[in-house]
Amino acid sequence: MDAFTTHTGTAAPLRRSNVDTDQIIPAEYLKRITRTGFEDGLFVAWRTNEPDFVLNQPQYADASILVAGPDFGTGSSREHAVWALLDGGFRVVISSRFADIFKNNSTKSGLLTVLMSEPDVEALWATIEADPATPVTVDLRAEQVTYGAVTVPFEVDPYTRWRLLEGLDDVGLTERHLDDITAFEAARPAWLPRSLPALPA
Amino acid sequence: MGRTLAQKVYEQHVVRRTAGEPDLLYIDLHLVHEVTSPQAFDGLRAAGRTVRRPDLTMATEDHNVPTLDILSPIADPISRAQVDALRRNAAEFGIRLAPMGDRDQGIVHVIGPQLGLTQPGMTIVCGDSHTSTHGAFGALAFGIGTSEVEHVLATQTLPQLSAKQMAVTVDGELPPGVSAKDVILAVIAQIGTGGGQGHVIEYRGSAIQALSMEARMTICNMSIEAGARAGLIAPDQTTFDFLAGRPHAPQGADWDAAVAHWSTLTTDDDAVFDHEVHIDAASLTPYVTWGTNPGQGLPIDASVPDPATIADENERRAAESALAYMGLTAGTPLREIDVDTVFLGSCTNGRIEDLRVAAALLKGKHVDASTRMLVVPGSVQVKLQAEAEGLDQVFLDAGAEWRGAGCSMCLGMNPDQLKPGERAASTSNRNFQGRQGKGGRTHLVSPAVAAATALTGRLTAPADLPDAPIPAGV
Ligand code: SF4
Repeated sequence: MDAFTTHTGTAAPLRRSNVDTDQIIPAEYLKRITRTGFEDGLFVAWRTNEPDFVLNQPQYADASILVAGPDFGTGSSREHAVWALLDGGFRVVISSRFADIFKNNSTKSGLLTVLMSEPDVEALWATIEADPATPVTVDLRAEQVTYGAVTVPFEVDPYTRWRLLEGLDDVGLTERHLDDITAFEAARPAWLPRSLPALPA
Repeated sequence: MGRTLAQKVYEQHVVRRTAGEPDLLYIDLHLVHEVTSPQAFDGLRAAGRTVRRPDLTMATEDHNVPTLDILSPIADPISRAQVDALRRNAAEFGIRLAPMGDRDQGIVHVIGPQLGLTQPGMTIVCGDSHTSTHGAFGALAFGIGTSEVEHVLATQTLPQLSAKQMAVTVDGELPPGVSAKDVILAVIAQIGTGGGQGHVIEYRGSAIQALSMEARMTICNMSIEAGARAGLIAPDQTTFDFLAGRPHAPQGADWDAAVAHWSTLTTDDDAVFDHEVHIDAASLTPYVTWGTNPGQGLPIDASVPDPATIADENERRAAESALAYMGLTAGTPLREIDVDTVFLGSCTNGRIEDLRVAAALLKGKHVDASTRMLVVPGSVQVKLQAEAEGLDQVFLDAGAEWRGAGCSMCLGMNPDQLKPGERAASTSNRNFQGRQGKGGRTHLVSPAVAAATALTGRLTAPADLPDAPIPAGV
């Protein structure tokens, strides 16, 4: 995965709460078996049906930071939602509340989710609506978002932060502990179920 | 200080704990389906890795599968390619797969319990948010993303941070005609779609203990709709009785050892939850959703709410856009909403008990002329059982369609979809915009409400029907 250290770009205000993963990318786009090209499904219903939708407005077309309402990413566990945002040019999503699985998925592919209080989100919305060209900087090392004269600190758990800064992949990290896994397996009760051999219902 | 059930199961699976790092958690069972796995297998191949424990992994085909004509190749070439990819990957990595046409095939969350692979005290994951279903057995079960699927395939473990603990206690007796689905819709309406965020929910109380395993699965299934990653219920005699004799359940001395362990899986009396919710079962009525998230639900006696009366600005805006999308007017009694389609199925309500409740209401009657009803069993086994009991004939005689097993119209990745503007009463779990087909409108309901609604063509509680066999609260 790509490392994330600091990112500066423009931000799009998505004034909606409860943006579920079916809205981020509908099921019909999940049939692909490759890992790229999901930008065509990103917010496709809103992009198609709502001419005023924020990402249809030219001043936000190049935004790389999405500032969303609370409960962003609820619903399905589809990591395709994260891939669609990345493929669509986003590196950061800011919200006052994220669904757990979405947040977890985002850290696996280098999309930074920044938790910000509702008043701070409101203030950022107001700024980027007044001037969509406002540069916003998200600095993971310093754990702060800055725009204009405003600085908003945020927190990321230290381990996730380290992984993101280094661009490290979890499987490789876990493989350093194969001995622990083997020891754990040796102590598991024998009666725990196995899927093989197949015993039909 | 005492520990909760979820904390006990978690602790029993910690492989490695080091300050400043997430715990490494062992995974007892990894369920796989075609949609969230292809990129994970590609990742394994690209890194030259293998599947560490094929014997703790089980795959099925469910999301894309047609429910008609299942023995022909899938007509949609992209769906077919995804299913074919799973078949290739399962063969290459030595994973057991229940493909279309196999007697073990079905929705991933229906087949795990049915095969007895889902047992108390286990850690269970799947690249699917409704993995929380398996918590009904007292397992710690949660959905993961594709990167995590790859991680579990390669290492049989997951890095985890411990969750907060929430108790939802439902005491008392459910009134007749009120089911587990109504309980969970009421819980979500009360705490909101973000209410369980960061938490594992334990469902407790006398009303929960009285539930069958099927009903417990319905409740745990929708924990994710309350924002929680997992939901679970302490195992008891009902759990053990359900498991006894299942293909992969322990036998003989192993069974005794297992039951002895399972019996220890309860929350300590002095355990402290971070958050507690209490619900009086007797106060519940059938619930239906009116909006586009599962928290937007009300008792069926209510009317479509007026957004102007909602104080919170975000909620108000969400309600306004929901009403616009749903084509509803504030103040309309919910019972006056006409539906075009009734969908009975999904991992929430596609089990045999759900079909029995609906069939009892439909027996000898006919689905309203302007309504179509689709009945999709959750697995081939559920289908065979229903046919052995003659339920298929009840549905067909009532004018409903009897289909093959799969996710079907729960998310419309197969041909079973709503058309733009079409309105459904659905026993599934998500009423998101477009979830059941582009422009489709979804009201989430229980199986009993689904059947009653099919008979009248508008949202209806079973008690509204003259001389209907009202199911006991289940
Ligand atoms: S039935 Fe619906 S919710 Fe359940 S696994 Fe299938 S698509 Fe997901």
